[in-house]
Amino acid sequence: MDLTIKSSSTRRNFIQKAGFGLLSIITFMAVLPILFIVLHIFIKGLPAISWEFITGFPTNGMRSGGIYPAILGTIYLTFLATLVAVPLGIAAAIYLAEYAEDNHWTRIIRLAIINLAGIPSIVYGLFGLGIFVLTFKLGTSILAASLTLGIMTLPVIISTAEEALRAVPNSFRVVSISLGATRWQTIRRIVLPQSIPGILTGVILGLERAAGETAPILFTGAAFYLPQLPKSPFDATMALPYHLYVISTQVPGMPSAIQYGTALVLMVLVLSLNLLATIIRSRARARRQW
Amino acid sequence: MNKFHIENLSLQYSDGAESLRNISLEIPRNSITVFFGPAGGGKSSLLRTLNRLNDLSDMTNISGTVLIYDDTGNSLNILDPKIDVIALRRRVAMVFAKPIVLPLTIRQNLTYSLELAGERDKSKLQQAVEQSLNQAALWDEVKDRLDDPAVALSGGQQQRLCLARSLAVKPEVILLDEPTSGLDPISTSKVETTLNNLKEEYTIILVPHSIQQAARIADQAAFFLQGELIEFSPGRSIFTHPHDKRTEDYIEGRFG
Repeated sequence: MDLTIKSSSTRRNFIQKAGFGLLSIITFMAVLPILFIVLHIFIKGLPAISWEFITGFPTNGMRSGGIYPAILGTIYLTFLATLVAVPLGIAAAIYLAEYAEDNHWTRIIRLAIINLAGIPSIVYGLFGLGIFVLTFKLGTSILAASLTLGIMTLPVIISTAEEALRAVPNSFRVVSISLGATRWQTIRRIVLPQSIPGILTGVILGLERAAGETAPILFTGAAFYLPQLPKSPFDATMALPYHLYVISTQVPGMPSAIQYGTALVLMVLVLSLNLLATIIRSRARARRQW
Repeated sequence: MNKFHIENLSLQYSDGAESLRNISLEIPRNSITVFFGPAGGGKSSLLRTLNRLNDLSDMTNISGTVLIYDDTGNSLNILDPKIDVIALRRRVAMVFAKPIVLPLTIRQNLTYSLELAGERDKSKLQQAVEQSLNQAALWDEVKDRLDDPAVALSGGQQQRLCLARSLAVKPEVILLDEPTSGLDPISTSKVETTLNNLKEEYTIILVPHSIQQAARIADQAAFFLQGELIEFSPGRSIFTHPHDKRTEDYIEGRFG
């Protein structure tokens, strides 16, 4: 009697352990491709990285030299896209989270935002070409490309910012208003400061996407090759993701070290933005008072 | 002299939850008035009407007259949609059941409403901090850490901070909705003592968290049942010799 119970409990223990083991193996397999890609690019790309590679111009039909114009172009594009998307996105999030009533109109807005997030990036690219490049006559320029990237990142910023605002307990709003604050004073002094880390995380994740996308800038502002840096927002620019596409497919006799080196730079740029978002989020969580 | 004159006040929420029916009541100044009764009886609704915090809830219908008098005898109709609600909320402050400190420092919690009102003078703000903390019997416990986050205080301290925060704008009336429901007996008795001292200067209206507390602290008490005012008696007689059978049943614990 005693023995049977014991044996069945060891059996159950074994099944439990085997189950957990299986689950952890599957989890590890999900991480494996990422590890593989990162390691592969690091190993193959690292030899190409040098000071000249980061700060020099491409030479010999891009087959040697550096990628400085592409790095700088991506920074320009991402920065300008931020200027477009962040104020608009946060304003929209404040409206949706703090002021908008739940009616047909706001439901349509929300639906539109969700759908906007699901639109393929090439469609954004063509939209930017039609609206900014041709209709507004901005030409293929940093400005047109940044506006396109900005619009593409809007849904991410709006939905994360709205979520961050809604996470602030409603009791803070009631107390603030009972102390004689207006709705706007409550938002500015209590709700916004409390949700800034969450909003920032969304902003960075949006930018990370903007920095890595090729399709939206393809027709709107990215150049195949430019012998000099852009002088104003109305010039076209080289950009890392597009440059990577060009040197991988369009240039015969391209040394693979440069391709991997470019990929490595783009990946490090995007991953460090991601890391920044993670750090901000975890530090804010540790300091949160509710 | 009366602080509030309430006449034929009726109120309904759109979800049909709590409501008030034909409430008429005179609330005297410089004393503690207690609203008690079972949950859903309308105590909190009446409390929230007095500083228009009900504006935040979904009301379908509100009618009647609610007047507040100032020291010179001038009256203001609280239900008038055109009045300055923010000015009203500075005159009629509110302390909630749960101590809700704002995610700021102790000092910033206290100066919040004054700064909203445009006060920039550092020495005046400091004076208000000191005075309100003293009134709420909290000064000695926090004077050395005014710039710490308020959330680091204990529950009882937080509730006295909320009381101090209400006092900082120098209101005329303090509304308290079960302010001691989350507190231990020692903190509760500190808050009650504080309220007894404060009634010299303020009109206090309290929803108690128990009948015992109501009996300890009330100068007059109103018994609410299902949105109606059943009985309103000055003094503590209502707890020993209630006139209405329903009040008696409730006090003796037959329901609620």
